[in-house]
Amino acid sequence: MFKKRVVLHFPKELVDKPIVYKLVKEFSLEFNILKAEVNPREEGVLVLEIKGEDTDLERGMEYLKKTGVKVQPLSQDVSMDKNKCVDCTVCIPLCPTQALVRNQNFEVEFIKERCIACGICISVCLYKAMSIRF
Amino acid sequence: MKTIKEINEKIRRGEVVVLTAEEVIDFVDKYGFKKSAELVDVVTTATFSPMCSSGIYFNIGHSTPRIKLSGGKITLEGVPCYGGFAAADLFLGAAALPEDDPRNKIYPGEFKYGGGHLIQELVSGKDLLLEAQTYGTDCYPRKQLKTYINIKDLNEAVLFNIRNCYQNYNVAVNTSDKPIYTYMGVLKPNLGNANYCSAGALSPLLNDPYYKTIGIGTKIFLGGGIGYVAWWGTQHNPCVERTSKGIPKFPAGTLALIGDLKNMKANFLVGTSIYGYGVSLTVGAGIPIPILNEEILSYVCVRDEEIFAPVVDYAKDYPQGKSNILGFVNYAQLKSGKIKLGNREIPTGSLSSLKKAREIASLLKEWIKEGKFLLTEAVEFLPSVDSGYKFKPLKERRPKDV
Repeated sequence: MFKKRVVLHFPKELVDKPIVYKLVKEFSLEFNILKAEVNPREEGVLVLEIKGEDTDLERGMEYLKKTGVKVQPLSQDVSMDKNKCVDCTVCIPLCPTQALVRNQNFEVEFIKERCIACGICISVCLYKAMSIRF
Repeated sequence: MKTIKEINEKIRRGEVVVLTAEEVIDFVDKYGFKKSAELVDVVTTATFSPMCSSGIYFNIGHSTPRIKLSGGKITLEGVPCYGGFAAADLFLGAAALPEDDPRNKIYPGEFKYGGGHLIQELVSGKDLLLEAQTYGTDCYPRKQLKTYINIKDLNEAVLFNIRNCYQNYNVAVNTSDKPIYTYMGVLKPNLGNANYCSAGALSPLLNDPYYKTIGIGTKIFLGGGIGYVAWWGTQHNPCVERTSKGIPKFPAGTLALIGDLKNMKANFLVGTSIYGYGVSLTVGAGIPIPILNEEILSYVCVRDEEIFAPVVDYAKDYPQGKSNILGFVNYAQLKSGKIKLGNREIPTGSLSSLKKAREIASLLKEWIKEGKFLLTEAVEFLPSVDSGYKFKPLKERRPKDV
């Protein structure tokens, strides 16, 4: 058995389709919902922990991508090295979930709970202050 | 009216009144303009931004037997150094890349390591591997060298910033439908973000718009140590359009800065990796402005909302050298985190760290108050608005066909 944590983005037109049901039925996957929401743009976001055989997991993910669901790995292990960060703020508009914000003292803060581990900040930080560990 | 000599006397006596360029605005609001011109002696300004036109020159001392590095191939940790000088002098540029760096072959390139990172490592005291192959002469017979060098053993190690402290700069946006990777950072498609690079009202040359105090020989804070204004910087362009208060509405004046690398600190000289673009060095600089009279005070009272920067499209106009601009925004808007361009609200990001600039302005203020830093008189002024001095584009001329 393998375990995977993923963030699924459902476009508007898929929000009412029984997609996760198929993961169970056709690919024998177990799932646990960590977080689910429909955001103001009516896009659905689902954070799942999925368990199953290696090949089933792979096929399940393939299926999701084919339906139009965007699949991203989730990791709570994105971290900011405050010794490297110079508080420039260049990362802030690039973070898709507002996990990087600027406070009143013009310092950059990382709000881990909002992070979906997309990895954008890791590439764009000029000082390599952001890192990810899977 | 005060002279720099009088201000230095006050510094020595510990009676000097120093404020940062942000603090002076509130001070004048509180005490009034005329009174403030008497009370305030020095205003400190600062900036902390990536500046690719930086480099270091250093002398490694002579080996036994002697080797002549000029004319040879020299690398420091795989990064090429320029050795076209006498036997033991080298220059390393902040934007230099290791020969085996893939650049943008895998686009966008990561540019993890280069000249800027090396300069930071040298400053922090790390041993760095120098390798050289060259030709022999009767007086310099040796042809190969492979040795670690350390900043403490170098005869001279000097930071030379041929351009810094840009007086205002473009706000970069992307009007195309793809992300672009620029020296102004990653720009999201369809005006997804707007990046700027100035400390605004805290930035040195925006507080001395006509260069009436900052000139050749001005002593400054540079990279955590002491430096001087060596010359005007490359691409100095004082004659651009200005506001009624004299603030340039486009990138204008620049400074060339020089200082002893051995006294600098790694937290004010930081190696920089610009995704899809290259490597650079982020340099902290702080410049004191002596409040000699009311006119100088009026300049340092400049506010973010009075400084306008042009919004430039880095997808189409900038790469093609077109002078088209999409509009002007002020630094109060930029620093608020979003600007408005037409009906569009665009989130902003800064390459220049206001937090670090504030730290530098405060540090310089402390140095002056503690009597550790005296002001200098400029030995010569920089070309200003009446000079006709211009930043020209390249006129390409091909060799004639035979």
